[in-house]
Amino acid sequence: MSDSKAIFLKDAAVNAADGDQRAFIRKALGGYYVNRDLQKARYRDWERARDAASLAKWSAVNDLAAVLEQFVANFERNGGVVHWARDAAEARDIILKIAADNQAKAIVKSKCMTSEEIHLNDALEKAGYGVVESDLGEFIQQLRGEAPYHFVFPCMHVKREAISELFTKHLGTAPTDSPEELTMIARRHLRQLYVDADIGITGANFLVAETGQISITENEGNARLTAALPRIHVALSGIEKVVRHLDDLSVLLPMLATAGAGQPMTCYNTLYSGPRKEGECDGPEQFHLVLLDNSRTRLLADPEQRDALHCIRCGACLNVCPIFKNIGGLAYGTTYQGPIGSVITPHLRGLKQWNHLSGASSLCGACTDACPVRIDLHHHLLHNRRNAAKEAPTLFDRVFHHGFNFVIKRPWLFAAGGRIFRATLPLLQKLPLPYMGAWMKTRDLPEAPARSFRDQWKNPDA
Amino acid sequence: MPDARSDIFARIREALKVKAPRPHLKGEPVAGKTSAAAKPWLPDGGESAEASLAILAEQLAKLKAMLIRVPDHASAAKAVAELAAAKNWKKVAYHGHPLLRPVAAALPCEAWEADASFEKQRLEGCDAGLTTCESIVAQLGAILVSSASSGGRALSILPHAHVVVAEAAQVVPDLGSALALAKARHGDQMPSMLSFITGPSRTGDIERILVLGAHGPKELYLVLVG
Ligand code: SF4
Repeated sequence: MSDSKAIFLKDAAVNAADGDQRAFIRKALGGYYVNRDLQKARYRDWERARDAASLAKWSAVNDLAAVLEQFVANFERNGGVVHWARDAAEARDIILKIAADNQAKAIVKSKCMTSEEIHLNDALEKAGYGVVESDLGEFIQQLRGEAPYHFVFPCMHVKREAISELFTKHLGTAPTDSPEELTMIARRHLRQLYVDADIGITGANFLVAETGQISITENEGNARLTAALPRIHVALSGIEKVVRHLDDLSVLLPMLATAGAGQPMTCYNTLYSGPRKEGECDGPEQFHLVLLDNSRTRLLADPEQRDALHCIRCGACLNVCPIFKNIGGLAYGTTYQGPIGSVITPHLRGLKQWNHLSGASSLCGACTDACPVRIDLHHHLLHNRRNAAKEAPTLFDRVFHHGFNFVIKRPWLFAAGGRIFRATLPLLQKLPLPYMGAWMKTRDLPEAPARSFRDQWKNPDA
Repeated sequence: MPDARSDIFARIREALKVKAPRPHLKGEPVAGKTSAAAKPWLPDGGESAEASLAILAEQLAKLKAMLIRVPDHASAAKAVAELAAAKNWKKVAYHGHPLLRPVAAALPCEAWEADASFEKQRLEGCDAGLTTCESIVAQLGAILVSSASSGGRALSILPHAHVVVAEAAQVVPDLGSALALAKARHGDQMPSMLSFITGPSRTGDIERILVLGAHGPKELYLVLVG
């Protein structure tokens, strides 16, 4: 068993048994379901809008080389600098070098999952830079020393009392149980940090090839401040974020907000096309964009699952996933949690270590239904299971599949097996069945039918 | 060793040798730009100016942004002055735009043309920022500001309140129209920042409970002339 699997099984079991925490998560998501449905109802045809969103991403991802080239040419024409990183280490080195070249001291970040993926904060802190997460949820998680719980709602599992204690401990503020007051504490604390920072690091939600702009989606305004006040703006993005036309955003931006957070549109959707222009009074002097592969091209090479690169990280699939709601986001042990994380992590970090996530699904398909860009999430979990069984079959896989194959091809053997099974069922019911483990804890074996299905099919009246 | 850029492009080209099937769709795909074709499926932005204004008013109310409609520019200046007095603003920063200078002149408090001599520390100390905008999206209640129309990047996000003065004719039905308009107006000379503002800054990070005024403005006012 891989280490990550052992940890996963342990954490999942602990969290699933924590009824309080599960109720808390369900309650936190309650408002989301209501708002999402209200907003979806405003679409004149949500399903066809999903068609358009998935086609916009499909068309860009399947022509990635040309679309990316067009984007980069336009981005550079606007005065930005593009850096290419094959993997996480290269991306970290690029950003460290930008910081060193500019004698930076303080760095402020707005929410960026790609930076979690490359463990950027650790690297920057080790190199001696002060790094502050400015998104409220990320700020709380940074103080807690914990990874985000959900890639859109990073601290949705933390109760207000715990946040109040955390702020008292780290910021010396008086305890309070009001979410509003807690938000204001963070606001006041972070204000001066934006003003003092030399570098602002953001992510990017879309790269628009037609205009060379990057699009950033957020609610709090912290990304706006991060890209406005420091003298250097560094954006970090996966190469798959590109879309062809500016107009594609007219579909993708509202759907991202509605699917993920039940909003008509997130509060700030901002397009940046370069550093401060001549005649503009503020904005950074330098604008760097780090484009990261980090195994995305591996996923691209699999035509069956290539559509997982269409993901716009809205978080809808997490919000509806029964597994996510029961085991919580931290148990996954991945940068990207929930169904999409279970699909892509084995590609990004190795099928052998991470295949167990393919089983972290009830295959109910709620994720696939929720996905605004129509990624076939639950089937991809099955594809990963199949691929894992092909790549490195376990003993159970081999014995079971060969055995099944042998029996199913011989009708007489199948019939004989059925007869034996029906005859011994009453006996099996009395035996403890340790080998069925968790499955049998809450279930009884069914009563044996008198006749087999095949027999009934042949003689329905007998 | 080849450089990272050529390496990544080589990987992409290799990966794309095998084509992926088109996603399963509900309807027939439409020829040409699919996103433009999606217009009739997205939320309604109104067929007429009147309908758009009604949708806009409804959206802004839901977002907890304040819409103030006035008949002419003189009344716009009066409305902003009243607002400043009611809110007890001490310092207001404004974008040096011909539409806004008279509004700023009528303010009962200190007014500072922020883009003439930008200082971030001074801006941080202002109670409100006063800007124009590029367009207003009825469909979503979104106001498009830019580094050109709003006195740079910080003025519309750093002060505690944001006041936008615009003409009713700037209202467009939907997001697609606003993007097309920006493209037509600026061509390949886009302002370095274009930002759709949909209501006052907000967060739900603590127990998913909505709080306004996370890092950006806690209050958003749209003063619509005409
Ligand atoms: S897979 Fe789909 S639903 Fe899940 S985060 Fe990505 S876009 Fe959203």
